[in-house]
Amino acid sequence: MTKLITLCLILAFSTTAYAQEKGSVLIQNATVITVTNGDLEETDVLIRDGVIREIGKDLNAPRGVETVDATGKFVMPGIIDAHSHLNGVDINEARNPVTAEVTMEESVDPNEVGIYHALAGGATTIHLMHGSANVIGGQGETLKLRYGVSQEEMKFENAKRTIKFALGENPTRVHGQGNGVQPRTRMGVEQVVRGHFDEALDYKRKREAYLEAKAQYDRRGRGTPPVPVAENLRYEVLNDIIEGEIFVHCHSYRADEILMLMRVFNDYGIENYTFQHANEAFKVANELAKNGAMTSVFSDWWAYKFEVYYSTAYNASILNANGVVNSINSDNDQLLRTLNHEAAKVVRYGDTSVNDAIKMITLHPAIQLGIDDRVGSIEEGKHGDVVVWDGHPLSIYSKAEMTFVDGTKYFDLANDPDDMRIQINPGTDFDDGSNFRKIVDNRDEDACIQDTFILLQDQAQTHAHN
Amino acid sequence: MKKLNIFAVIVTLLFGLNATAEAQITDKPEFGKFAITGATIHTVTNGTIESGIILIDGEEIAFVGENARITNEYTRIDASGKHVYPGFIDGWSGLGLVEISAVPVTVDNAELGQFNPHMYAFTAFNPHSASIPVTRVSGVTTVLSHPSSGSIAGKAAVMDLWGYSPDSMAVKKSGALVMNLPSSSGGGWWDDRSEEEIKKQYEQNLKEINDFLDKARFYDQMMKEYESDPSDKTKPDYDPRMEAMREVLAGDVPVVISVNDEKEILDAIDWIKDNDDMNFIFEGVREGWRVAEEIAETGVPVLTTTLYTPSRDYDNYQRPYQNPGLMAQAGVKVAVVSDDIENSRNTPFEAGYAATYGMGVEEALKAVTIYPAEIFGVADRLGSLEAGKQANLFIADGDPFEPMTNIEQVFIKGYKIPMVSRHIQLYQEFLDRDAVNE
Repeated sequence: MTKLITLCLILAFSTTAYAQEKGSVLIQNATVITVTNGDLEETDVLIRDGVIREIGKDLNAPRGVETVDATGKFVMPGIIDAHSHLNGVDINEARNPVTAEVTMEESVDPNEVGIYHALAGGATTIHLMHGSANVIGGQGETLKLRYGVSQEEMKFENAKRTIKFALGENPTRVHGQGNGVQPRTRMGVEQVVRGHFDEALDYKRKREAYLEAKAQYDRRGRGTPPVPVAENLRYEVLNDIIEGEIFVHCHSYRADEILMLMRVFNDYGIENYTFQHANEAFKVANELAKNGAMTSVFSDWWAYKFEVYYSTAYNASILNANGVVNSINSDNDQLLRTLNHEAAKVVRYGDTSVNDAIKMITLHPAIQLGIDDRVGSIEEGKHGDVVVWDGHPLSIYSKAEMTFVDGTKYFDLANDPDDMRIQINPGTDFDDGSNFRKIVDNRDEDACIQDTFILLQDQAQTHAHN
Repeated sequence: MKKLNIFAVIVTLLFGLNATAEAQITDKPEFGKFAITGATIHTVTNGTIESGIILIDGEEIAFVGENARITNEYTRIDASGKHVYPGFIDGWSGLGLVEISAVPVTVDNAELGQFNPHMYAFTAFNPHSASIPVTRVSGVTTVLSHPSSGSIAGKAAVMDLWGYSPDSMAVKKSGALVMNLPSSSGGGWWDDRSEEEIKKQYEQNLKEINDFLDKARFYDQMMKEYESDPSDKTKPDYDPRMEAMREVLAGDVPVVISVNDEKEILDAIDWIKDNDDMNFIFEGVREGWRVAEEIAETGVPVLTTTLYTPSRDYDNYQRPYQNPGLMAQAGVKVAVVSDDIENSRNTPFEAGYAATYGMGVEEALKAVTIYPAEIFGVADRLGSLEAGKQANLFIADGDPFEPMTNIEQVFIKGYKIPMVSRHIQLYQEFLDRDAVNE
C-alpha cells in the first residue's frame, strides 16, 4: 500500500513537472466529431505544442510526436461544464446579498482528486462558480483540468471574466429568511440588483470626477485638494458588468424571474449573460432568443424544490428549437463525470439532433464562458483539448480512453492507477472507513448553496423559538 | 375581516396544493386483448425471441413465443424492429411519498419516533404524484417505495405505477421492513463526536434495537400461544408496533438494512447472524466490492446504485460503476436501483453503467427486473415476460439502457398506458408556444 502511494506520488509529481509544457500527439484513423464541421470518418488529428494543427487523412507524425491508433474509436472535443463547484475551497460568501468583489480566483483547490475523476469522464474545462446564496454573488474562474499543477496554472488563460447572480428561493431564503434583510421576495431581488447598479453608476460618476479633480490639483500643485471618493471594489466590478467586461451567469428557475432580469439588463445595456439551471426557461424561450440571452440547464433534474416543480426534461430541446444557445451543465461532481450521457438524454427528450446535443457540452458552454474562439470544437488553431472514446460518446457503453488538455495526456484508461491523490491528508484519509464520504446529496439543497448551513441553522433555531 | 382573509388564504393554499397533485392526464388507457407482433422479445428468464409475439389478455400475459394464432378480438400492435422488455422495477425509491423534497408539507416518508414498524408507505403513497407518470413513461413500471427515518422506519410497499388508489396499485403492501442500524464508523467530517462517544452511542442504539426485537419476539410468542389455545388464557393487550413485527419475524417480509461503508457492512453481517429468524436485504452497499465474498456467504441480496463519486478519495474512479458487477461476480444477488424520487426514471441508466463496467448486459437487465421481483417476493407476477405473469412491459425503439433510446409504449397490469406526463405535456404546450389554432 505504501509502495503504491509512493508510486502514485512520483507519478503525480512527474505530471506536475511536465504540466507547463504544451503537448503534441497525432491521433490516427478515428471518427472525429468536430462539432462545427460534422463527423469525419477515418480521420487524423494532429496536435502540436498544445494546438490542433491539422485535421485530415493519413497525416504524418512529425519527428518525436507520439501517435495514438484510434481505429474504430471516436474523438470529441473535451467536455466543458459551465456550472461546477468541483474544487472550490469555499463556495458562498453568504453574509451579504451583494458580494461582487469576491472571487473564486483564490478559492481553487488544484489537488482535488475529483479533477482526475472528471478527466476520466471526458471533461477538460470547468466553470468554477460562486454559490447561489447572494443576488449578486462572487466572480467565477474558468479552469482547465490540468491535474497536478498549481492553482495559478489551472486557470484558463485569458478566459472571459464571469460573475454569479442568483434569483428566487436561494437568496430570499438565505438573506430574507436567514439574515432578516432584503430580499425576502422576488420583488426584493429585482430592487437589490437595480439599487446596486444605480449606486455603482453614481459611484463611478463621483469617483471619476474626483480622480479628475485630483489630477488637476496634482498638476497645479495649489488650491484646495478635492474630497476623496474612496475606491470601491464592489462598485468597480458592477461597472465592469455594465460595461460588458464580465459575463453574468445567473442562477434562476422561474420564467417570471428570468423575464425580470432581462428587463433589468436591457435597462442597463447588459448583453452577455447566461441563465443557469433555468428550469422554466422553456416557457420564455421566445423572449430569451429575442434578447440573445443564453441558458445552461440540467438534463432532467426537477421537483426537488418548489421552483422546479413545473419543469420538464424537454427544456433543453425546446430552447434549442427556439434558437436559444443552451448548454447542459452538472453543478454536481458525479454528473460532471457523465455529462456525455446527460447530453444523450436531450436526444431522448425532444427532437434535438445528436450533434446539437454534443454542442451543449462543448461549443455552447464555450460560448457562454467566452472561450469559444479557443475550445469547444475540433478545428485547426483551437486548443488540443480532445478525448478519445472507445465508442460513440453518447452511448452508455462507451468509456473515455484518453483525455488530452493542450495536447498533454492527463487521463489514460490503460494506465489508470487506483490512488490518484496528489496530496494526502493524514487527518481525514485513513484506512478504516471513517473517511467515507457520505455525500450530502440532499436534493432539497442545491449544490451551490454550500457554506450556508450555518445561516439556515440559525434560521431553524429562530423558528424553534417562535 | 382579517380572519376571513387568512381563511381565504388557507383555502387557496390547500386548493392550490391539491391542484398540483391532481391527475395529469385526460387520455384514457386501453384495456382488453392486445397482440404485440414482430418485436425482439427480451423475456429475461427464457432468452430472447426474434420477431416474436406477445399476447395480453386483461391483466395478464397470455402468450410469449414465436407463433400464435391471433384472433380478431386482439388489437394488433405492430412492433417490427422494436424491442419488448418486462417493465423495469426500481427497488429503492421515495416515489409517491415525497412530492417536493424541499417543501416539508409534501414530504411523507419520515415519521417521528425510533421504532415504527406499523408505518406503511402504502398509506401515504399519493397515486396522483406528478412524478408517477414521468416515471412510468420511461419504462419503470413498478417501484419499492420506502419510508426512511429512525431505527425502524416502517414498511416499504411494492407499487405498480398505474392506478387511482394505493389499493389498486399495490403489488405488495408489506414489501419490506426498513431498518437503519447505527454506524460504528461515525458520521464523516461534520461528526464532531469523540471516538468514545461514537462507540457508546453505537452500542446504546444497537441495544435499543435488540431490546425492541426481543420484545417483539416475546409478543409474537405470547400471541401464538394464545391463538393456538385461547382457553383459560387472558388475551394479551394489542400493540400495533409489536403486531406489525409478526410478519417480519415469521420471515414473510424481508428487512432492508441500509449500509454503505466496509465497516457498516461487516457490522451488519455480524448482527444478522444473531437474528436469523428474519430475512434480510442490504441497501446502499457502496463499498460492497471490498467485502463482496463476505456478503455472498450470507446469501443476503443487495439493492445498489452506480452513479455517485467514489466513497474514498483513494479509490479508482470506476469503483461505483463496477460495484454491482463485482458483487454479482462474487455471487451476490444484486438489484440495481435509483435511490431517487422524481428521477426514479433513471434506473435504466444506473443499470447501463453496471452493465458497461463488468456486470454485463444480461445480468444488469436481471438486476432491474427479475432480481428485484425475487427479492421482494413478487416474481410470480413480475420481473419477466412469461405467460401467466402480470402484463407489465414496454416497447422501445432500441436498448433501454441507452439514454438516446425512446420508450414508445408502456403496459402496466394490462393497461395500455397513455404516454403522457407533465414533462411531455409541457413540451407539447411550449415547443411552439405562441402558435394559435387555424
